[in-house]
Amino acid sequence: MRSVSVDLNNDSSLLIDIPDALCERDKVKFTVHTKTTLNSFQKPEFSVPRQHEDFIWLHDTLVETEEYAGLIIPPAPPKPDFEGPREKMHKLGEGESTMTKEEYAKMKQELEAEYLAVFKKTVQVHEIFLQRLSSHPVFSKDRNFQIFLEYDQDLSVRRKNAKEFFGGFFKNMVKSADEVLISGIKDVDEFFEQEKTFLLDYFSKIKDATAKAEKMTRSHKNVADDYIHISATVILHTGVPRKVEGRVASDQELKLTELLRYYMRDIQAAKDLLYRRARALADYENSNKALDKARLKSKDIPQAEENQRQCLQKFDKLSESGKQELTSFKGRRVVAFRKNLIEMAELEIKHAKVRIKSAVCSEHNLFTHN
Amino acid sequence: SRKQLVPPSVDLPRFLFRLCFQLSPTSPEPASLPAEDISTNSNGPKQEILLDDDQEDLFAEATEEVSLDSPEREPILSDGPSPAITPVTPTVIITPRVDASMFDRSPDEDEEAEENGDTFDLQIMVSDPEKTSLNLFNRNEFTVKRRFSDFLGLHSKLASKYLHIGYIVPPAPEKSIVGMTKVKVGKEDLSSAEFVEKRRSALERYLMRTVNHPALLKDPDVIQFLESTELPRAVSTQALSGAGILRMVNKAAEAVNKMTIKMNESDAWFEEKQQQFENLDVQLRKLHASVESLVCHRKELSVNTASFAKSAAMLGNSEDHTALSRALSQLAEVEEKIDQLHQEQAYADFYLFSELLGDYVRLITAVKGVFDHRMKTWSKWQDAQVMLQRKREAEAKLQYANKPDKLQQAKEEIKEWEAKVQQGERDFEQISKNIRREVGRFEKQRVKDFKVVIIKYLESLVHTQQQLIKYWEAFLPEAKAIA
Repeated sequence: MRSVSVDLNNDSSLLIDIPDALCERDKVKFTVHTKTTLNSFQKPEFSVPRQHEDFIWLHDTLVETEEYAGLIIPPAPPKPDFEGPREKMHKLGEGESTMTKEEYAKMKQELEAEYLAVFKKTVQVHEIFLQRLSSHPVFSKDRNFQIFLEYDQDLSVRRKNAKEFFGGFFKNMVKSADEVLISGIKDVDEFFEQEKTFLLDYFSKIKDATAKAEKMTRSHKNVADDYIHISATVILHTGVPRKVEGRVASDQELKLTELLRYYMRDIQAAKDLLYRRARALADYENSNKALDKARLKSKDIPQAEENQRQCLQKFDKLSESGKQELTSFKGRRVVAFRKNLIEMAELEIKHAKVRIKSAVCSEHNLFTHN
Repeated sequence: SRKQLVPPSVDLPRFLFRLCFQLSPTSPEPASLPAEDISTNSNGPKQEILLDDDQEDLFAEATEEVSLDSPEREPILSDGPSPAITPVTPTVIITPRVDASMFDRSPDEDEEAEENGDTFDLQIMVSDPEKTSLNLFNRNEFTVKRRFSDFLGLHSKLASKYLHIGYIVPPAPEKSIVGMTKVKVGKEDLSSAEFVEKRRSALERYLMRTVNHPALLKDPDVIQFLESTELPRAVSTQALSGAGILRMVNKAAEAVNKMTIKMNESDAWFEEKQQQFENLDVQLRKLHASVESLVCHRKELSVNTASFAKSAAMLGNSEDHTALSRALSQLAEVEEKIDQLHQEQAYADFYLFSELLGDYVRLITAVKGVFDHRMKTWSKWQDAQVMLQRKREAEAKLQYANKPDKLQQAKEEIKEWEAKVQQGERDFEQISKNIRREVGRFEKQRVKDFKVVIIKYLESLVHTQQQLIKYWEAFLPEAKAIA
């Protein structure tokens, strides 16, 4: 079930999916399955087990790769978080003595559904990450991506080495990035100036909307849980409104909240691209200054000229691919919102109809009961 | 700002009762009935007509007996002969219905440190479709003003008259309307419209329950409460508060427990019922707590939905794709409307469900109190028997003591205690009979009440869902229009 992104896995030369995953205590083991017609791979079809940390490693290496500075790096999937349902399960166990058998069974059932929803969500989000890479003309050819898909040994050894190498640079990047972007220097290029304004504003709005949507969903869940307690002890049977209420909460979560959450991260990735471009611009400007200085001192002029040329080249390349990326990103975002909003509305209607049906049925039972 | 919501009208089912009685407007002793002493030591208005006390449906449990009885004002029981099973030939059956609906409070000029939300207008309509000459009331439609303390006063009078003979007197509302559980449903603003509405609704339900009780409707205090323009001020509201009465009832119960009465329950029905009510009590309290939690969470949901709606609107403004921007704004509007629905649903949750449950938790306390009174009555009877035994033993001793005065006194005391034992037995039988009937009525009423409320609740649920469908169906084309 693709809930947030579209246009993936269109090119059948490299098809990736996560057909199953295993949950062991804290760790989730994903089975990454690849089907390919490309010669760069050893086999046409294969599967490997991967942990969440492997995905992060892959993401980080992509971020660190200079060549990809002009591309939007798909956001890393968030860590699987079972804390919510696990805590609830714990509380349920403690409160077992205060409930009837039926109530306990229903609560347990509901919690298991919640657990399953979290599980599905995390599989999906990891899957989409890989599919974004595989459907991208540049990323799909990345060497580390291939290793990730193919390497049939434990990746953790390779991971450790890479981290040590890349750790510092990335951190420095992030720190200065904000200063560079928000410094208020108007960009000469109209497109990027507009993009900067838009993305900064949009990011803060979507971050807020995500938080509020999450709060709303949590409240909805609380109401659903109350219904379970009530229906278990009510004197006259009222039917099944609570089951529907509970399911709605998790469906709504999948559609709306996930959509917002995903694009919040995606917009952050787009912002990162802008940061990198701004950084490149700063480098270019510095190289100009250095060249002027060299000319003044009549010393090391050819190096300075070469440096300046390289900086300009890098900046231009970044700008060109950045423009492309940001434009297609917008299109992708609009399509994804459309799809999800439609599906959400349809689900709401469907569930409301079911609730009506069960309420009418209960009413009927009550009337005929006496 | 939230619009003022009108609560759904809580109509308790009108309990149509039938009064079977003999028409004899003026003579105190109807000729065709066996002589029954209307107790001459009763205060208050002379009862001109004998009223049958059997209010149950004629097709009710076979154990019901038709009997003549008249409730007394004083806590002591009358010394009449034990009630016999007397077939009464009804000459008229009337079905009066008393509608009492209450308006907004009218501000009282002479406040005197009375709380806000204190005075209410009662509009009472009596309908008497079958035209009888029995007039419980002077007029058919009238309005009176009553204070909150008046209601408490009425309840305390009824409780003192009827609880000890086994009638389930509906408890008055609490002075402070805080939930019976720890979950607080919002702040207690005494002057707020919400508080006044809660109180008004609670008083209405209380009054309806009281007048729906066939015996209580005929009680002169009740009639006076409904009819007279001026009521004497209630004495001390502290002692008369609902909580105060409950404390009184509970103290009686405690006293019973402390006496460690080991009642030889010859009637399994009472044992069963008592257990049932214990279980019901636990169940209802738990349910009440859950419903209050639901109300609370639903209010939270409403707040969070409104908050999200605003956020979605901002996002829509920020969005640079025109069609998507419009769709997001539409989404924000839909969520705002859904917030309104949540509020209405919370209102329904509260007024339909939560308040009913609260009422029944208090009612069950009254029921348990009545069972305890029965034990007390039994105990009194037993004590009388013990006393009688002692007196007999004393008399036997005196037979050989040659003290004629003392012997005479002893004989008289024996007579006295024999009578007390007889009375004790009669009282016990009477209260047992009353309780059986009352419990039967109570359970019927309970089933009715809950059924009505649940159906109303389901209907409000259906209505909400239909609204939801409307909103989302209106939104769908907007989402599809994103290109």
